Amino acid sequence: MSETAIELVDVNKWYGTFHVLKDINLSIQTGEKVVICGPSGSGKSTVVRCINRLEEHQKGTIRVDGIELTNDPNSVAAIRSDVGMVFQQFNLFPHLTVLENLTLGPMKARGLSKSEAEAKAMHYLKRVHIPDQAMKRPGQLSGGQQQRVAIARSLCMEPKVLLFDEPTSALDPEMISEVLEVMVELAQEGMTMVVVTHEMGFARKVADNMIFMDAGEIVEQGTPDEFFGSPRSPRCQQFLSQILEH
Amino acid sequence: MKRFLVLLLPFLVLTGCSSSSTWGWYVINPMTASGWVNVKFLISGMGDTILISVIAAVISIVLGLIVALPGLAKSRWWRMVNRVYVELVRSIPLLPMLFWVFYGLPIIFREMGMNVPIDPFWGAIITLALSDSAFTAEIYRAGIQSIAKGQTEAAQTIGLNYLQTMRYVILPQAIRRILPPLANQFIYIVKMSAFASVIGMQELTRRANELVVTEYRPLEIYSLLILEYLILVLIISAGVRWLERRMGSDERG
Ligand SMILES: Nc1ncnc2c1ncn2[C@@H]1O[C@H](COP(=O)(O)OP(=O)(O)OP(=O)(O)O)[C@@H](O)[C@H]1O
Ligand SMILES: [Mg+2]
Repeated sequence: MSETAIELVDVNKWYGTFHVLKDINLSIQTGEKVVICGPSGSGKSTVVRCINRLEEHQKGTIRVDGIELTNDPNSVAAIRSDVGMVFQQFNLFPHLTVLENLTLGPMKARGLSKSEAEAKAMHYLKRVHIPDQAMKRPGQLSGGQQQRVAIARSLCMEPKVLLFDEPTSALDPEMISEVLEVMVELAQEGMTMVVVTHEMGFARKVADNMIFMDAGEIVEQGTPDEFFGSPRSPRCQQFLSQILEH
Repeated sequence: MKRFLVLLLPFLVLTGCSSSSTWGWYVINPMTASGWVNVKFLISGMGDTILISVIAAVISIVLGLIVALPGLAKSRWWRMVNRVYVELVRSIPLLPMLFWVFYGLPIIFREMGMNVPIDPFWGAIITLALSDSAFTAEIYRAGIQSIAKGQTEAAQTIGLNYLQTMRYVILPQAIRRILPPLANQFIYIVKMSAFASVIGMQELTRRANELVVTEYRPLEIYSLLILEYLILVLIISAGVRWLERRMGSDERG
């Protein structure tokens, strides 16, 4: 009954002569949670950013919900409306209130009325546990609160897939758990998620599929039990031992 | 206001010396009939100075944006167009440019079969606007570029198109960084408008020059001239500071 939400077939990408992504093959089912980890510069962000066309791949095929990503602006728009993204640096709009951050997309891109958009925004602000911050500016919130607003902003577009690029890496340690908690709740509600993170506790708890990347390749993938229990490649073993040490 | 009074002080001190025979403040003493005529003559240049500056500023604000946009393009050739314009215009001194526009440009027009006389008024405006546009173009470019790439990306991921992204996300943020330096450029224009005197524009400086020729009182007359510019510039910079405060407080919420 599960269907394919995202499919990458032999995806390759170069920055000039630098080969960032090498034959990436990945299939993500609806409702599946995929966690991507790997050393810095291995291409994790690039994979995720190719999925919603913030970066262009040069070879291979990316399909989201059956639509192939091409240069056709319609395919890009169609895919972007299915895929939400949460950034490491939050990227909230500082000149707008929290509520306005959340209603901008639904009103301008989806044509919702102001009251419909605000009702939706309040609904998702409750889901990330900060309905009382609606009238503040992003700059008045803590990092953890800002990231939860960013998650709510994505949810307001009702995406089929949510991408996260190191969503807790810019946060102080005491704020990481409040963001992870929201992400775990989303996972339990059945959202399809692709998460780049080094939070291995979170990965163990929610991941269906773990992916380890190094130098632009997927070196290892498997269920968390296989992945953490018996990683096959030495590079992955070494990476895990480093990251699990502290 | 306090700063203004402090700046006024040396002027008052000088005025105090007017009993000495080396000073001739009577030339611009508004209490005497002839002095008042002179003062009125000098101050009546204010209108042209302001008019030239304002029109030049408006043209420069539009021209600057037009020049800035290719500088933000992906294509290297468009960016080159922007660089060449900015570097070229920025390196031409104002006075030669004024001569070129006033004496040279009409010849080009005539060669092209057009009869476009350039009077001192428009000659000064065109020169000031051209010269200033290189600076306003850089202000726009820097202002728009200073909005992090992440803002555009976030706007794209919530489905906004290019125009919506500009309209709702980039420009409202950029304008806070663009407006204060743009207003600051206005001070540059006001000061540079003094050059219009050399092509016969009867603005503040020209009038002072003319009066000096007939009255032989350069110190007193040029002191008043400086005071006139000082007052203009102080008013504008107070406006700029007000704008900066407003823009700043908006950002903080
Ligand atoms: N715009 C670009 N131009 C050239 N090289 C780039 C560009 N963006 C990324 N790279 C390079 O591509 C490689 C992969 O980058 P990417 O951001 O995907 O890595 P990452 O795995 O997300 O690393 P990190 O953990 O540091 O975020 C890096 O070596 C990076 O320097
Ligand atoms: Mg990254």
